[in-house]
Amino acid sequence: MAKEEAIEIEGVIVDALPNAQFKVKLENGLEVLAHVSGKIRMHYIRILPGDKVKVQISPYDISKGRITYRYK
Amino acid sequence: MIIIKSEREIELMRESGRLTAMVLDMLQEEIKPGMTTGKLDELAEAFIRDHHAVPSFLNYAPKGDPDVTPYPATLCVSINEEVVHGVPSPKRVIREGDIVSVDCGVYKGGYHGDSARTYVLGTIEEKVQQLVDVTQECLELGIAQAIEGNRLHDISAAVEEHARSFGFSVIENMVGHGIGSELHEDPAVPNYGRRHTGVKLREGMALAIEPMIALGRSRKAVSKRGGWVAVTEDGKPSAHFEHTVIVRPGKAEVLTRSLLEHGAPSGRS
Repeated sequence: MAKEEAIEIEGVIVDALPNAQFKVKLENGLEVLAHVSGKIRMHYIRILPGDKVKVQISPYDISKGRITYRYK
Repeated sequence: MIIIKSEREIELMRESGRLTAMVLDMLQEEIKPGMTTGKLDELAEAFIRDHHAVPSFLNYAPKGDPDVTPYPATLCVSINEEVVHGVPSPKRVIREGDIVSVDCGVYKGGYHGDSARTYVLGTIEEKVQQLVDVTQECLELGIAQAIEGNRLHDISAAVEEHARSFGFSVIENMVGHGIGSELHEDPAVPNYGRRHTGVKLREGMALAIEPMIALGRSRKAVSKRGGWVAVTEDGKPSAHFEHTVIVRPGKAEVLTRSLLEHGAPSGRS
């Protein structure tokens, strides 16, 4: 039986850390450490705790992610 | 954490693996157009229980996702555009011209075996037949990389390169997995990746290698919230083959090989 691994999943920012990293609680209940994509930085999109975001996760290391979108 | 199996454990896994292969061999003889997927499931469950074992998938609940209900059946029967995790039903009829991916897991003696084949019913489009053949070749190429000293993603890359060379797409959000006393153990075995990366493979690692390859451009198998069955995004057919293997020096040991004399060439019935 194949194991399902999310490539892109939504979550909520729990904590803002230094180095533009965030702790994100995903909708499946897991918490990951996520950094912000270059495109978000380019456009100075600010992300604060409580924001809903889209996170990309690699199946290689499911404890880390990349924030690709901040919902309005 | 990846668990290295001792020879004693591997001996037990051989038995689970052999039973898994027997179930799929049995279904290969039984599957016919007009049958329901529910009937296949009944046959498989009875067969497994007759052999004093337990279906691995029944009531299986993946960790970390509270939305998903425990899996309600013995088999995953996924027809055409269904990639994996098709739940058998007495209402779902298998038809001539379908490709039917059957995934089965058997738990015996404290260890799991896990294997899948895509059966072809009657005559199908040439392109679809090629998909089924290539997916099976992908699995064999992946297994050939599962040797001590290689790295995990050597397996992934072998699968991906072969599939892409035919213009097929690899399903990326479903992955193979380690296997043992748990159905899903570390590591994840993706069907795409770069060579020479990932953990070093060591003798005694048990992996379920399972290429899921689709005809269209879909790189994801999507399921409805809370539902099990995952389908390609563009509705194109997909194929799925899987073996449970033990990493060995030189050549991997496959625990779920078909016991039929002629093997299972593309599972043609």
